[in-house]
Amino acid sequence: MKKTDALIIGAGPTGLFTAHQLKLIGLDCEIVDNLDKIGGQCIELYPDKPIYDIPAIPQCTGEELTNNLINQIKPFNIKFHLGERVNEVKKEADNWNVKTSNGTTFQTPNVIIAGGVGSFEPRKFPVKECEKFENQSVFYSIKDKKMFEGKTVSIFGGGDSALDWAVELSKNSKVNLIHRRDEFRGAQATVDKVHELAKEGKINLFTKYQMTAIKGENKLESIDIKSDDKEFKTLKTDYVLGFFGLIMQLGPIANWGLNIDKKTIEVDTEKFETNQKGIYAVGDICSYPGKLKLILSGFHEGALAARACFKLARPNEKYRFEFTTSSKTIKERLGVKSD
Amino acid sequence: MPKINYITHDNQNYTIEVANGLTVMEGAVQNDVPGIDADCGGGMACATCHVYVKEDWFNKLPKKEDGEEDMLDMAFEPKKNSRLSCQIIVSDELDGLTVNIPSKQG
Repeated sequence: MKKTDALIIGAGPTGLFTAHQLKLIGLDCEIVDNLDKIGGQCIELYPDKPIYDIPAIPQCTGEELTNNLINQIKPFNIKFHLGERVNEVKKEADNWNVKTSNGTTFQTPNVIIAGGVGSFEPRKFPVKECEKFENQSVFYSIKDKKMFEGKTVSIFGGGDSALDWAVELSKNSKVNLIHRRDEFRGAQATVDKVHELAKEGKINLFTKYQMTAIKGENKLESIDIKSDDKEFKTLKTDYVLGFFGLIMQLGPIANWGLNIDKKTIEVDTEKFETNQKGIYAVGDICSYPGKLKLILSGFHEGALAARACFKLARPNEKYRFEFTTSSKTIKERLGVKSD
Repeated sequence: MPKINYITHDNQNYTIEVANGLTVMEGAVQNDVPGIDADCGGGMACATCHVYVKEDWFNKLPKKEDGEEDMLDMAFEPKKNSRLSCQIIVSDELDGLTVNIPSKQG
């Protein structure tokens, strides 16, 4: 079990700056995020979109903001646990025991939830029966492409993931590519390649079709697809892959005994603490009178939550407020020279 | 003020007065109409404010921008008459617009 002064859930801008504030005041922390990369919504939803309301930065993209925050915390060598979702948070004496989807466990007096709108999960097929086959013959990501060799694979989606896998798997598998419209949003070169492979008969292309049913007793046998013109087709298939991007789900956070209203967690505005002592919520996921869902509000909330963590992590010490411009201790922590 | 009708998947009807200039998504979120999540807050980045618009109204709405159709690829059960409600800006011309909310946003 890993021991830390504070565990941050969420590696978006708020989580990153909260880590900065914790380290600055001499607490250690680790960060868990369900995505396999740092940046949260800024990276997943709008890496290229310009943001205009970060104080003192007239304009930057989601990706630039993330990179700058990563640079800002570089001196602290913070440990990230990416691709892991926090599943359990349980009280034990004065600590919280935290367990992730990969089985990593933490013991900490402070848990800071900087989870945005929840964790990013793959979007699934609307056809309910797909659940029955999930992780056996229906997948939303690929870990080992070998299993598809010599098999028939039906791929749904119109973005880069769907197209890239259609091209790749067409080398050793029979590939059906099904998309709801004629246009694809993937890179033009890949789109061209897909059309070329379709012409050569290496990919069976079904555009303006969507899945209506999935069939098979113990093993997947076939799927039904329907066109905009209400034309049905049945495709025999061994595997089905869906690439519809990611959606945010509140997930296990709902089970931790927190006061939750409309997918946000109630906090006070002194410590940004929830109804559970030692659990804080900052950024888009917290709510209080006057809450603004701005990145800058998340920074403020994280800074205050970090100070509140100090009390529980160092019960016998007194927190002393210091400026980065003048404090020798802070400069040592940052690894910069004092004047 | 223009009135917008929101019909949920289980046929509950919400008629809301929405000020000109707001989006159909904002009209729903600010008035607690269930079923429109709008996770990204109107940035056309998440497809969780997806609605269906009946043909007569669908053709009267300003055309979709490029990115909207791309996002609709990700929506739950998209159809020909799908729109993202964050991209429909309310005006006097849209008084009486009816949108149907899907059973889920994802």
